[in-house]
Amino acid sequence: MRDTIRFVRRGRIVEIGDFDPMALLIDHLRLTEGAKGTKEGCGEGDCGACTVAIGRRRGDEIVYEPVNSCIQLLGMVDGTEIVTVEDLAADGRLHPIQQAMVDRHGSQCGFCTPGFVMSLFAMFHNTDGPTTRGEVNDWIAGNLCRCTGYRPIVDAAIEASAAPRDDAFHRGAADTAGVLQFLADDRDLFIGDDERFFAAPASIEALAALYQQHPTAVIVAGATDVGLWITKQLRDIPKIIHIGRVAGMNRIEDTGREILIGATASFAAAEPHMRSIDADLGELFRRIGSKQVRASGTVGGNVANGSPIGDSPPALIALGATMELRRGDRSRVIPLEDFFIDYGKQNRATGEFVTGLLVPRLREDQIFRCYKVTKRFDQDISAVMGAFRFTIDADGVIREARIAYGGMAGTPKRAKGAEAALLGTAIADSAAWSRAFAALRSDFSPLDDHRASAAYRADTAQALLGKALLEAAGTPTQRTRLVGQREEAVHAG
Amino acid sequence: MPAETMRPEAELQVVRKPLPHDSAPRHVTGTAAYIDDIREPSGTLHLAPGYAPIASGRIISVDLSAVRAAPGVVTVLTGEDIPGANDISPKQIGDDPALATDEVRFHGQVVFAVVAKTRDAERRAAKKAKFVTEAATPIIDVAEATDKVLADYAFVQGDPDAAVAAAPVSFEDEFRIGGQEHFYLEGQISLAIPGEAGEILVHASTQHPSEVQHVVAHALHIPSSAVTVEIRRMGGGFGGKESQATQWAVLAALAAVKTGQPCKFRLDRDDDMIMTGKRHDFRVRYRVGHDENGLLQGVDVALDARCGHSEDLSMGVVDRTMFHSDNSYFYPNCRVLTRRFRTNTCSNTAYRGFGGPQGMVFAERMMDQVAYRLGKDPLEVRKANFYGGRGRDRTPYGQQVTDNLLHELVVELEKDCGYWERRAEIAAWNASSRILKRGLALTPIKFGISFTLMPLNQAGALVHLYRDGSVHLNHGGTEMGQGLFLKVAQVVAEEFGVDMGKVAITATRTDKVPNTSPTAASSGTDLNAMAALVACNEIKDRLYAFIEQKWRVRRDKVNFRDNRVFFDNQSMSLAELANAAYNERISLSSAAHYRTPIISWNRDKAEGRPFYYFAYGASCSEVTIDTMTGEMRVDRVDVLHDVGKSLNPAIDIGQIEGGFVQGMGWLTTEELVWDKQGRLRTHAPSTYKIPTASDVPEHFVVKLFQSDGAREKTIYRSKAVGEPPLMLPISVWCAIANAVASVRPGAVPQLDAPATPEAILKAVRRALSGDA
Repeated sequence: MRDTIRFVRRGRIVEIGDFDPMALLIDHLRLTEGAKGTKEGCGEGDCGACTVAIGRRRGDEIVYEPVNSCIQLLGMVDGTEIVTVEDLAADGRLHPIQQAMVDRHGSQCGFCTPGFVMSLFAMFHNTDGPTTRGEVNDWIAGNLCRCTGYRPIVDAAIEASAAPRDDAFHRGAADTAGVLQFLADDRDLFIGDDERFFAAPASIEALAALYQQHPTAVIVAGATDVGLWITKQLRDIPKIIHIGRVAGMNRIEDTGREILIGATASFAAAEPHMRSIDADLGELFRRIGSKQVRASGTVGGNVANGSPIGDSPPALIALGATMELRRGDRSRVIPLEDFFIDYGKQNRATGEFVTGLLVPRLREDQIFRCYKVTKRFDQDISAVMGAFRFTIDADGVIREARIAYGGMAGTPKRAKGAEAALLGTAIADSAAWSRAFAALRSDFSPLDDHRASAAYRADTAQALLGKALLEAAGTPTQRTRLVGQREEAVHAG
Repeated sequence: MPAETMRPEAELQVVRKPLPHDSAPRHVTGTAAYIDDIREPSGTLHLAPGYAPIASGRIISVDLSAVRAAPGVVTVLTGEDIPGANDISPKQIGDDPALATDEVRFHGQVVFAVVAKTRDAERRAAKKAKFVTEAATPIIDVAEATDKVLADYAFVQGDPDAAVAAAPVSFEDEFRIGGQEHFYLEGQISLAIPGEAGEILVHASTQHPSEVQHVVAHALHIPSSAVTVEIRRMGGGFGGKESQATQWAVLAALAAVKTGQPCKFRLDRDDDMIMTGKRHDFRVRYRVGHDENGLLQGVDVALDARCGHSEDLSMGVVDRTMFHSDNSYFYPNCRVLTRRFRTNTCSNTAYRGFGGPQGMVFAERMMDQVAYRLGKDPLEVRKANFYGGRGRDRTPYGQQVTDNLLHELVVELEKDCGYWERRAEIAAWNASSRILKRGLALTPIKFGISFTLMPLNQAGALVHLYRDGSVHLNHGGTEMGQGLFLKVAQVVAEEFGVDMGKVAITATRTDKVPNTSPTAASSGTDLNAMAALVACNEIKDRLYAFIEQKWRVRRDKVNFRDNRVFFDNQSMSLAELANAAYNERISLSSAAHYRTPIISWNRDKAEGRPFYYFAYGASCSEVTIDTMTGEMRVDRVDVLHDVGKSLNPAIDIGQIEGGFVQGMGWLTTEELVWDKQGRLRTHAPSTYKIPTASDVPEHFVVKLFQSDGAREKTIYRSKAVGEPPLMLPISVWCAIANAVASVRPGAVPQLDAPATPEAILKAVRRALSGDA
């Protein structure tokens, strides 16, 4: 058992044993350290002004990921290196990213700039050579700028990406890796007392035991949702169990027939595996949150929090995913769709937690499509999300249809009526499509809210089914979609 | 010798250079300090706002005992704690309390403020108040509003009723224009530090330090001379910190006086979005009469503005909607009527363009409607109606358009972007594409420059030349990212012939330059750089006289350049000259003033020349829409924009690009939604979507229109650039309408703003059904 957290900051080890479980990384930086370069713009991980880079060891190298420090719990950074905007310039010279931002007029008011610099620092460290505009756009999708219109920032990023990758952090990587290796241990973390604590067990057994002992504790994986309970809902969360240290829980295993995603595997880690199942699924994962959110946020957490939209659950349900839950030393496996009972209510017993998801790959006779409809393409939550898996036999007849939507009900939910209407019909049978559309109207009674009206949701749900059927029947996606065209993915891939 | 002397074009060394923002190296290293980054004096306390759970009604009682008892709470402020005026309204007319006492007029109206030892403590404590209220049904939309914050106001030229009636073609139309949240990345913040003898220093993130000073003094019942307001830089303003930075400064100052300790008020993002005003949204209804070619004969428009619960700046804002309801088009007969409705929502306020964009959206909607109804290309109808030609230069408010660039600028862009070739190509593409449809539009802008409230068209600057040749620069303008400080410093460096590094840029302070105007109306550089120029010239005049007296060299033989002063066959460093002048007891400091010439405006009679000049521009945008879902992508944008002769082309292009994307957000993804209870549902970036990088097309080309510069004698013949570009992306909105129109031959698109996927799909459905 360890009762302090330790991390690397500016080449030195920082050890802290006295902090509130809800303490946030940004407050440590700005209030405790007095490092005011990192800005708070929104307090909910949506504007990116607070972006810092978190370094983790991979062999002799350090992998830097961008993180929204405003919703990152301080305890979660144990065992990492934290890099902030003040740290980049070395020997009186700006970092290539910073220099390009100056040369290309990438800052105006400057308040968002530290966040952009840190996202691009992460890009600089996660890419080898020149980056494309599309890649840059993705790296900064989680950074809002209200002044520049982005063009000079993107130009700066492209320019800087041509520079050789040998900044002070590359040169110091082996040293940092050595320190992080020294800090790495398999002890359970427990900071606080039985009434108020931040715990980070190192094994699944320790987690199971601790959670059984404290079933009212809140389990935190990436904190991209729980962080907002603290910053926005101002909830008091006295007992926090962070599962990011649990050995093996972040594993991703590909058996060839299915892919296991451990509960603490981040979206970023899962994305290439999901893309290997289908281009649409990969693109869906790319459009979840932003680089910052995907670096911290987990697929397990996205499912476990029971959001009516969630974005990944409808797709995983359509694919026939199952999930594993554990309580004490007992585990069970259920179809993912059975986890969602009602709005705010999940099939999870007291003291039970999600350990992983099992996502089947597509068979040769299966076609998968999913679509996310939002006000803004990047970093937005769906008004409607639709996912479709059609199993089609050699005669072009639909042998199975799995159709799931987000944003259409209190939970991610299958469209059973529409599925039934398509079963046994030819894929290009427009009369069957019409019956499916009609059935879809009965499958859901969506709500009006700030994302869309009920009528728009119903219309769009039908449109998405229509698109999926058109595409399954052979219409190329250049003719059916504005973004995520599959032909592009093939060319790019 | 006039005080506004500028160097000849050929001699310019600093002005016109694309220098990077003066703070850029500090921005990128995190060392540029915003108010929350100022090292707090020890004992600094923190404020949080508390508000009632209703949007309209009475407060029967508020039980604050749990708030007071919460950990870390030092005190709680209510309206009774305010010694002076409980009023944050810009004109101090008493319609906007700093702390509401008995009546609640919008959801989020501040009733009390918690003062606590930490930010976390105040925020948590503020949630513990127990309100007993008597709720009334809130009035949210203009359609249900009857009460007004101001009287109706109209411009009338000729006989619009007769003209519409007599026109060969006429029609009526109605649509909506949404509001917009500023979303400055740095939220509202003030830090008040009490001094001796009742003095107070307020660091406020404000575009209008003098108003903050004035209102703080009024609220605390102390003279303005006891209040100093300072602001080095804002993390964005966009109009949102023109009048609405005041409340937080007043409450921080009040807390500082009450506790004797420094007090900081930083709004949480959600509170900021809930409590502060936004761009006015409008319902627009109009009748128009025109001939068979689309040439306008009569325009009769009523623009209904949602002003929110108080007047705030709604007079100037909605007046500017009227001033730009013509955009670039001559209305031979017109009535432009505005109605300013009071609603139970936040008090709408200044936002980049100050009402003008909404007026222009109306004009462009009307142009589109005329064109689609006649089956003509909208660009043809636009050009036919431009100002210009005999008797076609009089605006609805009587000013003549004398510096018209519309024709040459639009023709240049039209050719440059290949408008007609692309028009044909898109038509062919659309004919073979069932689901996806493309659209193209080219729209102009003409934006009037000057505050329409005449007294604001003045500025002051303070310039010191030190004995080492370094220069201290201060003026009444504020820096919010627009590069004002840099541009003014370029002018000062030019005048003294020194490197930029010799000119010290300093924070705006009310004790250095008094009685300033807000940094608004795009006027920052026009006014403040001119005042700084006058200040430099006053110092230089004294130096010229000194040189003439001491060395017998006339001023026209003296040249300030390369950090030196050249005359006769000799030269000396500026430091040597300054030192020599100092020894002769010559003042090396000047506090100068500038007022815009020529302009006048009589609002009661609706006559005069309110604008010193017009800024022009045009843009061409191409989009693709998905007719099944209403999703939209911007494919290409070309801009040609008039900034006169640019003081700094890099800064100006930055303003144009940034303004374009901000305006594009307003007209597309940015949607404000209030529920029936009057609660704003889109109060965070998770729900209110400003553009991200991927919303900007790869082909986004901005060019500056080349000319001899402003016709009037502006600072180095440059033109204002802050607001005009925000209206360029009306072409995006019109291109979406154009794509919608392609779904059925003869369709007349009916598109509201913002064009969200839902709004686009609705317009597609209407166009398909022939309901248009």
